[in-house]
Amino acid sequence: MNVQKRTMRIAIASGKGGTGKTTIATNLAVTLARMGCQVTYMDGDVEAPNGHLFLKPEIQTNASVCLPIPVIDEERCTTCGKCVELCQYGALVSLGKLIMVFPDLCHGCGGCQRVCPEDAIQETPRRIGVVETGRSGPIHFIQGRLDIGHPLAPPVIRAARHQLPEEGVQLIDAPPGTACAAVQAVEETDYVLLVTEPTPFGLHDLQLSVDMLRALERPFGVVINRADEGSKLIRKYCTSEGIDILLELPNDRRVAEACSRGDLLADVLPEYNPCFAELFAQIESRLAA
Amino acid sequence: MKELVVISGKGGTGKTSVVAALAALAENKLLADCDVDAANLHLVLKPRIRQREDFSGGKCAWITPEACTACGECLEICRYDAVRMTDVGGEKTFRIDPLACEGCGVCAHFCPTEAIVFAPVVNGQWFVSDTRHGPLIHARLNAGGENSGRLVTLIRQQAHKIAEDQNLALVIVDGSPGIGCPVIASLTGADLALVVTEPTLAGIHDFGRITALTNHFSVPVVLCINKWDLNPELTQRLEQEAHQRQISVVGRVRYSPAFTQAQRNGISVVEYDGESAGEDLSALWQNLKPLVTEDELTLKLL
Repeated sequence: MNVQKRTMRIAIASGKGGTGKTTIATNLAVTLARMGCQVTYMDGDVEAPNGHLFLKPEIQTNASVCLPIPVIDEERCTTCGKCVELCQYGALVSLGKLIMVFPDLCHGCGGCQRVCPEDAIQETPRRIGVVETGRSGPIHFIQGRLDIGHPLAPPVIRAARHQLPEEGVQLIDAPPGTACAAVQAVEETDYVLLVTEPTPFGLHDLQLSVDMLRALERPFGVVINRADEGSKLIRKYCTSEGIDILLELPNDRRVAEACSRGDLLADVLPEYNPCFAELFAQIESRLAA
Repeated sequence: MKELVVISGKGGTGKTSVVAALAALAENKLLADCDVDAANLHLVLKPRIRQREDFSGGKCAWITPEACTACGECLEICRYDAVRMTDVGGEKTFRIDPLACEGCGVCAHFCPTEAIVFAPVVNGQWFVSDTRHGPLIHARLNAGGENSGRLVTLIRQQAHKIAEDQNLALVIVDGSPGIGCPVIASLTGADLALVVTEPTLAGIHDFGRITALTNHFSVPVVLCINKWDLNPELTQRLEQEAHQRQISVVGRVRYSPAFTQAQRNGISVVEYDGESAGEDLSALWQNLKPLVTEDELTLKLL
């Protein structure tokens, strides 16, 4: 099959922050688009979304992401407390003659409304973030943004994922870490690229990410960014665990400077272009196997 | 006792390296690693663990196959797509994906045959340790763990308790990247937030988001620019933005291989290299010190 017709979903993740997820994801997106491939880039790092700084998309749509929050009809409420008992998040508190709602703590599970025997609970949408879509040249662009002060990133990531098309190559730029937000971003993907750096912090957090992906049964491979003589640390670990290293991007101050300005390597350091084409070929060969 | 929380918005700006340097420079303090799903401070501080406890952040649902009649009610109720159905020749079986389960318990409550067990799960561990730079409270959240915010809150509570017991003047908290649940949990009620960022467009963008968050929770904030000479123009822009928001720049740290080398040697930058980057970090501490030790000066920031 030629590259233009490929359909696959790839997440770019890492345990440690700042290892270069967005650098890899945006440059891979641009490289594939220039090869004539249908590409979607989704920024799933909804707490600190930075892909737009590199891809400079024209935003065409935006939709609020809301959680259904309970509203209690005090006329009907008998303060029986069944909702308070069911709520696992402390979002409902009984004050004797009144049940109070703490919207910041609500996860929108809908249990309170369902359990209320008096039909006294309605749900009202409460905005926690936004999903924007648009285009960066030929690239279809999606990003989620968590509103300031809201704790729950996973629902915003979920809403952004709903915008993913069924076809083409879809790249999901994941949030750092190994907690629920990272899981939400890598689930139901065909392959995960774990980006790391050759430092003890990088190795330690790579191991945590590997644990996470093994628990999720996702196939994955490693990209070493800012590779230098210390990369043997990562190579040794990957060899002992039977993990593929798909790409090593050398430690190059010019790359750091280009990224600081929001430049794509594909534009300003074209000598790196073959790396990203090769990276994609490596992923394809793993998926074909 | 004062509490200083080190955060960044963007990941990988050098929070943990800065905290490790402060650990070496500050006296009479306690360290708390609240980056619970990718904790790294222990790699530099080499703790001797004195106490180890399980953390249960909530409950998880589990379907008992014998009691399940495959009615599908749970699949319909669950708002987190955590119920998985397999259909083999018309015979349906249901299970709950523990990594997708949000721990709301709604499925268990409404299961008509009471086939769903809803019980507390252990999703991490936390530790009290000794290090060459004083006590360290740290944790490890299991992969895909929920409720990282609750674990952060627990770590901070323990840190405060130990600091009070041992009469320590300062708690230094290493925070998570981002602006979500664990960051909010590490920030609320802290005396001062030190934002560590870098002169990149991403760093500046996320500096805007993290200071909006500190503002939202009324936590006073100061700024340290790491790798400042990577892009002096953007450093200037960051300083201007900080000035506009009345945020003091308390440190400028140069882009230096000493950060990586110190990490590889398992020590802090100031222990590895007393000059260059080490000097910058010492200057940072000199600027920070009055803000986390003297009440009047902290009030000035507010």
